[in-house]
Amino acid sequence: MPDPFDEATLRPLVPSVIGVLVRRGADFAAAEDAVQDALVEAVRTWPEDPPRDPKGWLVTVAWRRFLDGVRSGAARQRREEAVDAEPGAGPVGSADDTLRIFFLCAHPALTPASAVALTLRAVAGLTTRQVAEAYLVPEATMAQRISRAKRTVSGESFDRPGDLATVRRVLYLVFNEGYSGDVDLAAEAIRLTRELASLATDPETDGLLALMLLHHARRPARLRADGTLVPLAEQDRDLWDTALVEEGVDVLQAALARERRGEFQLQAAIAALHADAPTAAETDWVQVVQWYDELLALTGSPVVRLNRAVAVGEADGARAGLAALAEVDPALPRHRAVSAYLHEKEGDLAAAARLYAEAAALATSAAERTHLTKQAARLNRH
Amino acid sequence: MPKYLILKHYRGSAPATVNDVPMDQWTPEEVDAHMTFMDDFGKRLEAEGEFVDAQALSPEGAFVRGDEQGQPITDGPFAETKDLIAGWYVVDVDGWDRAIALAGELSLAPGAGGKPIHEWLEVRPFYGAPTATGD
Repeated sequence: MPDPFDEATLRPLVPSVIGVLVRRGADFAAAEDAVQDALVEAVRTWPEDPPRDPKGWLVTVAWRRFLDGVRSGAARQRREEAVDAEPGAGPVGSADDTLRIFFLCAHPALTPASAVALTLRAVAGLTTRQVAEAYLVPEATMAQRISRAKRTVSGESFDRPGDLATVRRVLYLVFNEGYSGDVDLAAEAIRLTRELASLATDPETDGLLALMLLHHARRPARLRADGTLVPLAEQDRDLWDTALVEEGVDVLQAALARERRGEFQLQAAIAALHADAPTAAETDWVQVVQWYDELLALTGSPVVRLNRAVAVGEADGARAGLAALAEVDPALPRHRAVSAYLHEKEGDLAAAARLYAEAAALATSAAERTHLTKQAARLNRH
Repeated sequence: MPKYLILKHYRGSAPATVNDVPMDQWTPEEVDAHMTFMDDFGKRLEAEGEFVDAQALSPEGAFVRGDEQGQPITDGPFAETKDLIAGWYVVDVDGWDRAIALAGELSLAPGAGGKPIHEWLEVRPFYGAPTATGD
């Protein structure tokens, strides 16, 4: 049985506790610090002396920490006035206040890296050290990044509604990038996206959740024990997590039924078609291309155009794929790798080997470089 | 969020710079001014939340390889003409443009006569982790 007072139980309470403090008149930056202090205190004292109401306890302790900070702070008088003028909201906090913490942490004035860092601390409730480890930077650097981000948003009105799309982009970044230290960022992104979906109904948030679930389902098959990548077509599909696939498909179908399609729903639809194929050869590529057409019409994204060329190659043959590729910006990072694949499929092995070697030099991860180098080596042996 | 290495070289095969009087011919004050600039640059990176690492290397050292008996053999210390790594900053920034901007600033560290040295710096991207959706 899991320890009821471990981090995983505490962390989901963080944004709503910050929301309560801000609603009571604390500024966001000070509230966030006070809640982190309260978390440290909780981890220290709860095992011996567990509270009956964890959230109420956190609110009380964080509020006390905040007041201590106000009393010792230079801006004491101004802050006390702000606090005194406040009507004194209860400890419960509203879903809207929690949602506003999501908005604030993904504020468009922040750079993507800052929004990600702030979201992981103030929404996910991670410590600065955990965030620093996830992105392989020194803790002091991450502390500075977070404190700058807090300063950037501290002047923003808490009551102004935010944009769900900016929050989704940040959560997608959390899911997609970062190294895994002791925190599983992908699982964390899924947790936060579930929470966002429960706070504000929107088919695109469900689309993002479905996309994450469908990719997460494949994770056990994506990496070999030595850390090298296994391409989708070669993955052992028995390793895919069928429960996650089912949930992803259910969430996606409910979202699509609402007829307000967006980028994440369309990407999830493509991921669902892959998840649905018992073998790579049985993938419904014709339908994949149709979803890519819709995604391209919606976004005009060069990366979508590139991925569409791969799908066209599978659906209509290598020649058609290369024709589709001719319309894609050759400066895109994976352009050369796609070109290599399609040339091999067409039977031009010499060109494919050369293109794989060029693609390896342009890879953005060591795992991808190794994979592409081995593709070139395989063809050069013939 | 990508990381870049900004690499400084000891004068060797690197292209000539605008103000390339060797450091041992500067005044002590000019050396101090240079060191202060480098120090401030690092501190500013820290304050911006972009700092990962900074190191300086001695020009001493050698090339090493294992020979046919499995023993290490060395080549060096190096002649002054060789292009050697002098040190580096590792930065974690929003992208290539920011890395280039930072290296451009660093290149303007003061040298002889208190004027910028305009040295050539090498900027190299790190490999990142494979993305979660990239299969």
